[in-house]
This record gives sequence, C-alpha cells and structure tokens, in this order.
Amino acid sequence: MKVLAFGIVKDIFSNSIVDVHLPSDSTIKELKILLEEKYPGLHQLGSYMVAMNNEYASNGDVIHEGDEVAIIPPVSGG
Amino acid sequence: MVKIHIRKKTKLNTEIKISADPLHIQSCIDWVMSPQCGGINVFIGTVRNETKGKKVIRLEFEAYESMAISEMNKIAEDVLKKWPVQKILIHHRTGVLQTCEVPVVIAVAAAHRDAAFNACRYAIDTLKQTVPIWKKEIFEDGEVWVGPHP
Repeated sequence: MKVLAFGIVKDIFSNSIVDVHLPSDSTIKELKILLEEKYPGLHQLGSYMVAMNNEYASNGDVIHEGDEVAIIPPVSGG
Repeated sequence: MVKIHIRKKTKLNTEIKISADPLHIQSCIDWVMSPQCGGINVFIGTVRNETKGKKVIRLEFEAYESMAISEMNKIAEDVLKKWPVQKILIHHRTGVLQTCEVPVVIAVAAAHRDAAFNACRYAIDTLKQTVPIWKKEIFEDGEVWVGPHP
C-alpha cells in the first residue's frame, strides 16, 4: 500500500511516498502503529492525522484497496 | 481509484483556488463584488520577515492539493450556511514566497458588514486549523517546518 507524505513527514520518511505492507482491511490505527515502528520520528512528532481519499480519517476506519492514504502533520497554511 | 487533480473549484457564489502563481488581490475583490452587497471583507496574509526575533529569508508552501481544495470548499459551504453572505473566495499560494508576498486571500461579500467580518474571520481561522497546507521557514542558518498556529 502506498502512503503519501507531506511537510515534515516527507523528511521523516525521506520520501514523498512510501510503500507499506499491511494486511487487507487493516485500520488507520494499525497503519499508524506500523509506520511509527518503522519511522520513530513519526512517533516523536506526537500529533498527526491520517487522511483517506481526501478526508480526515479516524483510528477505527478501515483501509480498502485503492484508497488514497496520506499522513497529515500539523498544518500551517495561511 | 481514479485520482482527479483539481486545482480550482468555482460555483456561482464560491471560488476556491490553489496557485503556484502570485495572487491578484484586486481580481479577488472584483470576483466577490455583487449588486446585493453592502460590504466586502478581505483578509490578506503576508510573509513576515521574522519569527520569534529570527530573520526569515523566505517561506516555502506545500499543499496536498486535492484535499486542500476539498477542505477549503467545506469552509466556504459552512460560511454560506452560517451567515447571510453573497459570495466567498479563498485563494492560497504554493511554492517559494519572499517577504511581503501574499500566501492567502479571503474575500467575503455580504449585504451587511457584520456577516462579512465574522465570516472572513471564521474562514481564515478554520483554514489555519484544517486545510492541509504547510509552510517551511528558511532562515540564514537553516530551515524548519512550521507547527500549528495559535
């Protein structure tokens, strides 16, 4: 599964897109645990959101094949 | 899923845009101007030359464009529900911006000023909390991604 990264998360992943291996129908929470193990910097960041198909997602939401998943660090536009 | 890349969304009373090119303030005002309006409130964000006493050389803005457009559109929809507003426009820049350049313009036109002021304030405050856009501050001796705004 491909995960998009923006802002500081791009630096943490050293990439704007990473490939993770997650069983089908995993939840956002499970994705976060896997990513935080692989990238301790994400855990240190503390607060971040995950978006699925351009909408903020909750920990319990299930990721389906083909969903566009992105890690959203604290925003700072304006 | 087919990824549709939208940079601009225009309806009769709403215009949302993310642009790598400079924003034109007068065009934003012209777009919201309408005969039913008694006033237009405009918020113009500008690049400041320092942060906490440290000299800022330039800013770099990055957007998750498809989601940013969607979140900006939600703000406009909320505004039109909450206040008697005729038209709302939200434009945001991406890329490298120097001091005094304009990263964001929000223009709100309403029959009466209270609605225009309140709606404009709500729009910029909400944009800073929900729209997936990030700025990096470039200093003389390094750079940092900016955290959430107060």
